Amino acid sequence: MELLYSSCVGLLVACGVFMILRARTFPVVLGLTMLSYAVNLFLFASGRLSMNQAAVLGYSENYADPLPQALVLTAIVIGFAMTAFVVILAIRGRADLGNDHVNGTVPDKPKAVSRQAKEQGKA
Amino acid sequence: MTLLWIPLISLLGSLLSSFTGKLSRNQSTAITLIAPTVALLLAINLAPAVFAGEAIRATLDWVPILDLDVSFRLDGLALLFVFMILGIGILVIIYARYYLSENDSMPKLYAYLMLFMTAMLGIVMSNNVIQLWVFWELTSISSFLLISYWWHKSEARKGAKMALAITGGGGLALLAGLLLLGHIVGSYDLDIILASRELIQSHSLYEVALVLVLLGAFTKSAQFPFHFWLPHAMAAPTPVSAYLHSATMVKAGIFLLARFYPALAGTEIWFILVSLTGLVTLLVGAYIALFKHDLKGLLAFSTISHLGLITLLFGLDTELATVAAIFHIINHATFKASLFMATGIIDHETGTRDMRKLNGMWRFMPYTATLAMVAAASMAGVPLLNGFLSKEMFFAETLHQQLLGSMSWLIPILATIAGAFSVAYSARFIHDVFFNGDPVDLPKEPHEAPRYMRVPIEILVALCLIVGMFPNFVVDGILQLASGSVLGTEPPEFYIAIWHGLNLPLLMSAIAVCGGLLIYTQRRYLFQFQASLPPINAKKGFEKTMHSVVTWSQNKISAIENGSLQRYLMLMLLVVLLSAGWPLFEMSQLVGQNQLTPVDIHNGIGAGLLMIGAIGTVIWHRTRMVALLMISVVGLMVSVAFTRFSAPDLALTQLTVEVVTIILLMLALFFLPQKTPKESSSIRTLRDLGIASAIGVIVGSICYALITRPLTSISDFFVANAKTGGGGTNVVNVILVDFRGFDTLGEIVVLGIAALGIYKLIIHLPLFMPGSDSEGRPWAKERYPLLLASISQSLLPLALLVSFYIFLRGHNLPGGGFIAGLVTAIAFILQYIAHGSNWIAERFTLNYRKIIASGIAIALLSGLGSWAFGRPFLTTWFDYFDIPLIGEIELASALVFDLGVYITVVGATLMILASLGKVTANTPKEEVNI
Repeated sequence: MELLYSSCVGLLVACGVFMILRARTFPVVLGLTMLSYAVNLFLFASGRLSMNQAAVLGYSENYADPLPQALVLTAIVIGFAMTAFVVILAIRGRADLGNDHVNGTVPDKPKAVSRQAKEQGKA
Repeated sequence: MTLLWIPLISLLGSLLSSFTGKLSRNQSTAITLIAPTVALLLAINLAPAVFAGEAIRATLDWVPILDLDVSFRLDGLALLFVFMILGIGILVIIYARYYLSENDSMPKLYAYLMLFMTAMLGIVMSNNVIQLWVFWELTSISSFLLISYWWHKSEARKGAKMALAITGGGGLALLAGLLLLGHIVGSYDLDIILASRELIQSHSLYEVALVLVLLGAFTKSAQFPFHFWLPHAMAAPTPVSAYLHSATMVKAGIFLLARFYPALAGTEIWFILVSLTGLVTLLVGAYIALFKHDLKGLLAFSTISHLGLITLLFGLDTELATVAAIFHIINHATFKASLFMATGIIDHETGTRDMRKLNGMWRFMPYTATLAMVAAASMAGVPLLNGFLSKEMFFAETLHQQLLGSMSWLIPILATIAGAFSVAYSARFIHDVFFNGDPVDLPKEPHEAPRYMRVPIEILVALCLIVGMFPNFVVDGILQLASGSVLGTEPPEFYIAIWHGLNLPLLMSAIAVCGGLLIYTQRRYLFQFQASLPPINAKKGFEKTMHSVVTWSQNKISAIENGSLQRYLMLMLLVVLLSAGWPLFEMSQLVGQNQLTPVDIHNGIGAGLLMIGAIGTVIWHRTRMVALLMISVVGLMVSVAFTRFSAPDLALTQLTVEVVTIILLMLALFFLPQKTPKESSSIRTLRDLGIASAIGVIVGSICYALITRPLTSISDFFVANAKTGGGGTNVVNVILVDFRGFDTLGEIVVLGIAALGIYKLIIHLPLFMPGSDSEGRPWAKERYPLLLASISQSLLPLALLVSFYIFLRGHNLPGGGFIAGLVTAIAFILQYIAHGSNWIAERFTLNYRKIIASGIAIALLSGLGSWAFGRPFLTTWFDYFDIPLIGEIELASALVFDLGVYITVVGATLMILASLGKVTANTPKEEVNI
């Protein structure tokens, strides 16, 4: 179980990191969302995994660690606020800059340009 | 405590004088004079106590844990400097009144001067070396402002920059040196450092600390080879030069030598470094001064030379040399300040400082000429003037040293040569300017200066004469006192006399005077020789060096910082990879001691779906809608995982946040391209995949290592006290609103700030509104489907009821303000989707900013409420009440706090989505293709 859980966290981190390394804003936003899932799961698991032991008094013998849960709960909400901020920033960036590249400008493709230049030179 | 007032009054004076812009020049001057005069009176008032042999101290705690105090101390040396700083400061302020033209801003100069005065007072009176250093840097900064006072002149700006670079750089070396001293001694207290001579000098870091401190002192005092900034600083207005370059700024370096003399001096390396630097500076300065045609240039190099002389005296291993050094500090300050002021008058009344044009000024300004000649004679070391006395002492001391072993006889010879040059340039100053024929095309018709402009010079020249004729009567006391605090012991018996009888120093003086006059009369040959040398342009060299340093660092910066965020991110991730991965390789075993639980079928399916979702997102990330659907699967599975692993609150939060996030991202897709072009080369994709997998593997391994190890948690406390202390059975919620309520307060504030930031980003958004999707298909005509509209409308009260229920039960069962707030927000967002924002605006007047503010305010007030009962911030209260018909219920103040959380979450979520959604509502559709 623990192995499966950790694999899921690892996979989410890997996918998230791959996505935030993309060049356009939307995949980066998705990557950040995925990373925040992974981080929340990771932090949550620091209280160890337990089933049917919700930290509500009187409902079970042992209780899952409530502290990471409380921390993750606010992390989820703030994570949403941050995702929203990045999304709006991306929209604003596109509106102001005319493209949705993370660097603000779409890089030239040197080969295509040089080929064009050559053709122009010949003409 | 009177002590603290001396620098403080000066600082207040700086502020005060900067507000005198509307007043007349005389009023401005008078107001500026208040502060230094009061400070001087205070110092005079304290003087008897200092003369009685007690250093006065005043200390205020600043950062006690770091051994940092605001700490002042007034001993003999400090008192001498305080008198010089304030006394000459007052004269300079009076002088500047007449020097500045109508166009120059008087308050500006005065404010800077007073700031500089504060910094100098701070240096000489500090009893904490860090504090001393802060004032030290303040002199660099304020002198930068003063030198660049005529900022429209290029040489003023360049001179100021050079002075700042050299003295500021030296200041950094000084800081390092002082920190080392503090490290060696274990305290930054000056008293303790000065008393720890043995400890410091036996420490292995002594040499390093010494060199660093000396670097600070030498750069400030324009010692060779750092002397070149001083002549360029002459671009400052003359009152500034008179103040900074005679009595204060450059003397700060000398002061440092004197201050740390008890702790650092007495070793071979001190004597070698200090005396040789001083000797070279003395010679170089005196030699170059002769060739300067600019009056201020001559004075600048003369200053360098005299500073070298004082430094050399500190480097001679006798107590009397130290007395002579201090004596010369006083004398140099008086005659050099008066000479600068006289130069200022000449410049002011003739429009030039070029000695090739200025001739025969005696006829035009006999009064100023007399004053200047007396001061210049003092500079040359003519008997009956103060310069003569200290120079005699200097000559005498050069005869009593063993610095260079068997070659020590060289030093008196070199000192005499420097003395001769000093006589030569003084003679040039007198003869070239005041006699030597007629002036050559002066810009102005020369005439005598205003009456009161000469008063400061008269006072200083009178001092030169009085000290020169009655030395024991005037300066003996303060000299004894100051030497005593430098030497740390009783000063040696000394008797300053005008006539010591025929002895060797007198002979040296005579040789210097005759030799100097000879050099002056034969200067033609020297000038020819000098002209044949290749010119050294210190400014050009300095600027070239600075330029290449700047270019080098710019190149380095642009090599690292090329503007690509992708690249920065990749570099950061690589750092993460290394720093997080490294410890794993040092761990012997990944799996911990915990009993592993087997995988059951439900968990397996859930994990499988999550993995499919994650991989699917990556695979289809260019088709954005599909990627969004895929990631929503991941989000759902995460919330299922929370449910599975005993975290119902988290599951509810995740689920609701998931809904809001997906709606938000869909809205965002309306404004962003729906497809991502393929840009990354295969190599790049491979590289990113490599980095991503490596980080994934590492984080997964850490996670595995973590959760298979036993847990020691502080949570037992929360579980045990949730009911008795917080009045709730849902421990997670009790932690949020009670135990860790302050965290939660901070978090809702962050939420509010993010929402406000988004609001600011959205208003005035120059909108890009696609009329169709990327494949040219127009949006659906029916914007608000009837079915959705009618269902959502009836759902609203139900959803509100549910959220109310979730909110109320939150303290005892899964739920609470965060979740209830999200549910309410979703219910409203559904209305927006179904009806559009105009429909909502007709029915509700919702100002989300006010909602957020009131939410935070409620949470804050519920926390502040506990103050009314004398309890700490955010203490909660609860009790049980029996209400007829309903039964026993619990009321807790934490519920009010949770209400604040609820309102903030509703406001922030709606603000984010509604502001974005609203943008789409009214804008006409346009075809824009990007």
